[in-house]
Amino acid sequence: MNNKKLNFKGTALRSSDIKEKKVLTTSWKPSLQYAWDDGVAIGRYLKELKNGKIIARKCKKCGRIMIPPRMFCELCFRPTDEWVYVKDTGIINTFSISYVHWDARRIKEGEKPFIPAVIEIDGASEGMGILHVLGEVDPEDVKSGMRVKAVWKSPEERIGAITDIKYFKPIIER
Amino acid sequence: MGKRRVAIVGAGMTKFVRRAQETGKELAYEAAKMALDSCELTLKDVDCVSLGTAPDAFDGVHMKGEYLSDGAGGWRKPIMRPYVGGGTGVFTAIHGWLQVTSGLFDICLVVAEEKMSSCYPHPAGAFLTIFDHTTEQPLKPNLIWIFALEMRRYMETYGISHRDIALVSVKNKKNAMDHPCAQIPQEITVDDVLNSEVLADPVHLLDISPTSDGAAALVLASEHIAKKITDKPVWLDGVGWNIDTAYWATRDLCYPRYVEKAARMAYEMAGIKEPHKEIQVAEPYDPFDYKELHHMEGLLLCGKGEAPRLTAEGVTARDGNLPICPSGGLLGVGNPIAASGVMKICEIFWQLREEAGKRQVPGKPKVGLAQAWGDLMQVGTVVVMRR
Ligand SMILES: [Zn+2]
Repeated sequence: MNNKKLNFKGTALRSSDIKEKKVLTTSWKPSLQYAWDDGVAIGRYLKELKNGKIIARKCKKCGRIMIPPRMFCELCFRPTDEWVYVKDTGIINTFSISYVHWDARRIKEGEKPFIPAVIEIDGASEGMGILHVLGEVDPEDVKSGMRVKAVWKSPEERIGAITDIKYFKPIIER
Repeated sequence: MGKRRVAIVGAGMTKFVRRAQETGKELAYEAAKMALDSCELTLKDVDCVSLGTAPDAFDGVHMKGEYLSDGAGGWRKPIMRPYVGGGTGVFTAIHGWLQVTSGLFDICLVVAEEKMSSCYPHPAGAFLTIFDHTTEQPLKPNLIWIFALEMRRYMETYGISHRDIALVSVKNKKNAMDHPCAQIPQEITVDDVLNSEVLADPVHLLDISPTSDGAAALVLASEHIAKKITDKPVWLDGVGWNIDTAYWATRDLCYPRYVEKAARMAYEMAGIKEPHKEIQVAEPYDPFDYKELHHMEGLLLCGKGEAPRLTAEGVTARDGNLPICPSGGLLGVGNPIAASGVMKICEIFWQLREEAGKRQVPGKPKVGLAQAWGDLMQVGTVVVMRR
């Protein structure tokens, strides 16, 4: 049997086939909503964010201070032992400069790109990072290894969410 | 361990296209029927079905496995749907292997389908819910973000340039020109990649595989049955799968340890001691150009940070010493998530049987490998195949 003889099926459509109604479609726009419970570990994490603090959880067996916090250690597979406050500063592990929204829409002309980053939080175990975004910095000035600090919403604005931290900004070393 | 040897005896796939007129059910049928016809079997001969399809959110069809089952040949048969995101295609073949090696069944039809085009305005939006609902989704992440973060970490750890990485996109899109099912076969240059639209730096448009509709299928058989069906069985001699933590920002993104663990499992089972010497043709998962390099390293086909050099030297070209993605990969053939993993197994099947036509790699390879990857940058699925 040779590939040349194989008969591959499948019919490619063009956008014009839809517009000109050569092909009929049925559409539905769902309006589903979900309310996700915070959980035991993340519940405390969110409460502390509302207070303007970042909290982690320590496993005494492997010694890891974990962020985001968790009530069980996935390595030792046992309960974690204690709450540990960590700093609201850290180091950029890696970052991107994004010109697309979550749904692939492009940002508008003149709009600032998003700068998502993995930030290793000071006080947590080495390599323990979280996803957040950077602000108060020009995209071309961002470098991996840069030290950053959380910029918080005001206490009145904070609701107990990861977005209580508006963004992380570079620490200017003098 | 009392495992029975399992062979692939038939393969089929549809064209991969941006938007197919066919429903998912029809695509699944076309691929399944082609696979059965290729080894002159009928649905009556099939004992069980393994059906792979990735997130239901693309199709907007809940219980998509049940919806697809008639097209996948599942009517009144034992059918199961394994799922590990982007790793699903290869995982579905592994799942079929489990059903046959265990002695439970002799012939398993493996079908993988994806129809991403149904999701409007862009299927990328359906990826939002793979991120943690409390600690990540409120930041409105795009799926490309994590690839961009991983790609930069990989580049900075080993001192790799975007130019080095873009060569993969150039190679795979060109390879796809010889694939009759390819969605974006193209002859492009490294500069075309570097000058294409920046989506999430360092990721540009031409670094990424497209979203696609399509299906692919395999027929698996136990040893004694396989030898009756064909004189050219391709043996599934090693399988491996492994998952890393979903706290993805807490591990080093420069190296896919979970792929290495999956590969080591498959190599041990297949008796492969020196993969870089023994694997003669491979289809690692390439949804992004850097991922092919990342996965070659995780699969131990070269040292850490060395894959770009092999690519630049032409080692991974179709006529090189270690052809990588001779099909054209996801970057060229297209990426209907679950189906693309099975497409890779189809390619190695055709390569080892010397039926790949214009895509045939030289040297009559005996041992090949296919790999897929997925979930939240955390799962590796690997099969080692031998003729
Ligand atoms: Zn522990």
